[in-house]
Amino acid sequence: MPAIAVEGLRKSYGGVEAVRGLSFEVAEGEVFGLLGPNGAGKTTVVEILEGYRRRDAGRVSVLGVDPAAGGRGLRARVGIMLQECAMPRALSVRELLELYAGYYPRPRPAGEVLELVGLTEKVGARIRTLSGGQQRRLDLALALIGDPELIFLDEPTTGFDPSARRDAWEIVRSIRTLGRTVLLTTHYMDEAQSLADRICVIAGGEVVAEGTPETLGGRQTAAARIRFVLPGGLDLAALPMPARADNGRVVVETATPTRTLHELTAWAVARELELPGLEVLRPSLEDVYLELTRTPA
Amino acid sequence: MSDAALVLRQVRFEQRTFWRNPASAFFAFAFPVMFLLIFGSLNRGARIESMGNIPYNAYYVPALITFGVIGACMTNISMSVTIRRDSGVLKRLRGTPLPPWVFMAGLIGSSAVVSAILSGLLTAAGMLIYGIAAPRHPAMLLLVLVVGGMSFCALGLALSSLIPNAEAAPAVTNAVVLPLLFISGTFYPLDPSSVLSRIADWFPMRHFALALLAAFDPQGNQPGLPAAHLWVLLVWGLVGVTIAVRRFQWEPWRS
Repeated sequence: MPAIAVEGLRKSYGGVEAVRGLSFEVAEGEVFGLLGPNGAGKTTVVEILEGYRRRDAGRVSVLGVDPAAGGRGLRARVGIMLQECAMPRALSVRELLELYAGYYPRPRPAGEVLELVGLTEKVGARIRTLSGGQQRRLDLALALIGDPELIFLDEPTTGFDPSARRDAWEIVRSIRTLGRTVLLTTHYMDEAQSLADRICVIAGGEVVAEGTPETLGGRQTAAARIRFVLPGGLDLAALPMPARADNGRVVVETATPTRTLHELTAWAVARELELPGLEVLRPSLEDVYLELTRTPA
Repeated sequence: MSDAALVLRQVRFEQRTFWRNPASAFFAFAFPVMFLLIFGSLNRGARIESMGNIPYNAYYVPALITFGVIGACMTNISMSVTIRRDSGVLKRLRGTPLPPWVFMAGLIGSSAVVSAILSGLLTAAGMLIYGIAAPRHPAMLLLVLVVGGMSFCALGLALSSLIPNAEAAPAVTNAVVLPLLFISGTFYPLDPSSVLSRIADWFPMRHFALALLAAFDPQGNQPGLPAAHLWVLLVWGLVGVTIAVRRFQWEPWRS
């Protein structure tokens, strides 16, 4: 049974359809990335899965249960990290974690969770004295304290500086070692690429692509470009295949880069030429993402 | 963990939060005590003619208990719930298995603890410093405190459900509570036939103050339960519960 199954999910706000017939599945133990630009409907989808919002139509199952009717039993099996990170500032880290541990039937030891998120030395500190990044870690610790089977991370690094993001990524990777299922939303393509086993790209409330970071959007089979600097004194027409000039370099587009590259290098070696800056380029995940989520003009 | 144990933990958590927050600890707790020390001393020996010549402080102690309990219940709950809702704390809590009624019970239990401490302290200070008589009807006093406290907790929850965001919480709460406390004779004795007093008769603060005074009964002429006052408190409590049940939200309001 998949950890999450969504089929034909729909949700409107005041006549505007935020989610239009979305379907996807998340396997048990998988880190699943829901990727999309702001306003794509990510948070609406996640909040329906978390039980915060009612759906208009479609079938949704979270750990085998309908989240709209899941209640206390389902909430005990799920950990949620929301986008906001306010907490009772007057408490210490230990006090808050122990309070939350008491809400769950089988909590994970507080010390273990703090080690996981790298807050061990702050256990006695008042929450008001923690930095923003440390509060976000504590937020994650609260999502993990109940030893959940499924963890929702809604844009866990939005607003972070680059080094804080790297730290957060390390933490998400350490969750993976627990063998739990993670659903992560993000509008950062590199975040999804770096953390997720599988990515579902949504735009305008619809799934526009789904796959692993390597295969997303047909990236493995898309046309490749071979690029190099034309050696001095040569003309484009001298090359053994059609090519175009681009910004001082030569670009050859090909669906069969192995063969084309072989022809090109054989041609160059025969003439004892070196091709400066020679590289083979695939469309980056970013190219694919921008192409997929481009709003039609 | 049993639900009863969970409630106790929530009360302990709310107590920690209350006492560690200077705003709530000062305004809800220190204010009534300070008022008693200042105005009680200024009016020591004074008597209130319109009320059968009872000593000023025999009136003022139950009046300040009114102020203290409403502060600990209605004002405190309205502000802290609004601030927590607006900052996302309640939304996170809703994502845990904690049953909503346990959260509410924790809030109400914590308000009850503060109210009990305040009532005891103000009564003891009134007796020891100003020589007022002990409450003549202790069981009645307890009943009035429970009915009033519960009603004002419900009204606090109801009020928070009408306030849009954290910035507005102190202003709206005080704008509702303080004028009503003023015209209910909480800070100075009020002529029962005055216009202000007639307006105050529609609201629960005035009836809470009069019911507490009836339980202290400095003149010894209270015939039985101050039933009319208790009914008004109960009706207002039900209004509070109804609004809170219909409107309570766990998430920040979207603009």
